[in-house]
Amino acid sequence: MDFLDVLIIIVKVVVAFVFLLINTLLLIWAERKVVAWMQNRVGPTRAGPAGVLQGLADGIKLFFKEHITPRNVEFNVYILAPVLSLLPALLIFTVIPMGPSFAIGERTVSFQVTDLNVGLLFIIAMSSTAVYAVVLAGWSSGSKYPLLGGVRATAQAISYEAAMGLALVPAIVYAGTLSLSELVAHQSGRFAGLLPNWHIIVLAPSFILFFIAAVAETNRAPFDLVEAESELVGGFHTEYSGIRFALFFLAEYINIFSMSALAVTVFLGGFNGPALFEVGTFPASLVGVVWFLVKTYAVVFLFFWIRATLPRLRYDQLMELGWKRLIPATLAWLGVFSIVLGFVRFGAPWA
Amino acid sequence: MSAIGDFFKGFGVTFRQMFKEPVTQEYPYTKREKPQRFHGRHVLNRYPDGMEKCIGCELCAGVCPARCIYVRGADNPVDDPVSPGERFGFVYEINMLRCIFCAMCVEACPTEAITMTHLFEFSVDNREDAIYGRNELLVDKDGTPPHPQPEGPLINLAELKIADGWMRATAPSGRAAYEGVPSWTPSAGVGLRPPEQGQSRVVPESEKQETEQGEGDGVHP
Repeated sequence: MDFLDVLIIIVKVVVAFVFLLINTLLLIWAERKVVAWMQNRVGPTRAGPAGVLQGLADGIKLFFKEHITPRNVEFNVYILAPVLSLLPALLIFTVIPMGPSFAIGERTVSFQVTDLNVGLLFIIAMSSTAVYAVVLAGWSSGSKYPLLGGVRATAQAISYEAAMGLALVPAIVYAGTLSLSELVAHQSGRFAGLLPNWHIIVLAPSFILFFIAAVAETNRAPFDLVEAESELVGGFHTEYSGIRFALFFLAEYINIFSMSALAVTVFLGGFNGPALFEVGTFPASLVGVVWFLVKTYAVVFLFFWIRATLPRLRYDQLMELGWKRLIPATLAWLGVFSIVLGFVRFGAPWA
Repeated sequence: MSAIGDFFKGFGVTFRQMFKEPVTQEYPYTKREKPQRFHGRHVLNRYPDGMEKCIGCELCAGVCPARCIYVRGADNPVDDPVSPGERFGFVYEINMLRCIFCAMCVEACPTEAITMTHLFEFSVDNREDAIYGRNELLVDKDGTPPHPQPEGPLINLAELKIADGWMRATAPSGRAAYEGVPSWTPSAGVGLRPPEQGQSRVVPESEKQETEQGEGDGVHP
């Protein structure tokens, strides 16, 4: 490991960070536009061409706003919570491979900040950590609505974290690895000679269950009980203003993107697609990145579509869906899939 | 349809809406077409020969439910009369902050002096400016109505030339025999306005039934 290796890592981290920030601005704009079209409105049009810079304008505004600190807050935790919500969101993205690796001279550079061998586990751990931020924000605000939001976050996280983890297990069983780059490699080539060899073909129920859990995990409609504007004002971020609020906002959209990226990586073939260039070169890697982004934005669109279509669940419905439907379904599917895979791989035990 | 089917039907609805034209009007760049009988700000008209129509009778002030009109009549100078009658509207003020744009003044006016236009963009930044006097209301001798604000993206001064429907809608007596017959005096700048079309139109049988049904449904039990 010499100077150049360190430089490559620094460049990767900076590129990933800047990408996530800019991407968030675009996502906010895209969501507002998509939801507006679905409601026969026009959405933001003022800032920049077709309102693209609306997110930037809002961000700058929030940056210069006063930080209002209510009297009853638990100050240190109150300040820590937004940072704690943003950090896991950023960290999740570090293990996701965005494109195939390419060669610079004798070095191989991957489009991934770090290739962790327990990447999937790391992601689940980080997304659980993000819930702490919501709980702490709700508790430390010292006011009743945020507290209710925080309590809801706890219960919701416990319910859906389990379902999300269980929904990912069949993919791990199938590919035999927790590393995300190996998961993507496992999905290259063709399935039955015609279709792309994506996990979703074999693991469609897993994908659906994972996606439902991911929507709940990112606190998005129809599972946005944590914020629930009509009931809890702003939920856990009621008492936050200025850039502190912006951090929560940023974290939410980065989480949406990361969860979509995870869904693409685990189930939709990651960056696999027609390479168009010689494999291992930089242009081929860029094409891989484009495939990855196209798929990810398609999944992100699903998030927006769901938000524009479904009304918010009642709290008991949320719990019922989580415990009585989602977790049994994931468990049953895991059992069925494991048994079938066992038969396919090892033959019948009595044979 | 099953519950699951309905669930996805909802997604179909939102997806279809994406490709429809938005209903939002990007005012002031696009403006919605106004109804023919739209009630905008008032003007005081003149006869084509330049005489003022207002005779200072104060009927408009009397009928105004918002009490926003203040009129004081004065005798016409014998050698240089302002209006064809004995008196003319010496002071004519409308408080536009109080006005509810009901057009009862237009109905009450015996000489069709006061009419409403299609222009409604006349916001002001202090209360004094909202009181329109003769300077703001009375049209020029050639029929051009004055307006405190200049023409711009918001304000289309051509709308001041359009009279609201009342001026052409009905005969003064309200009798059906007068429908389509202009019983209005000509005004400076525009001449005799044509009578409003549509009321005496022969309605086809099919439409008529629909209308009757529609009215029946409109009455809530």
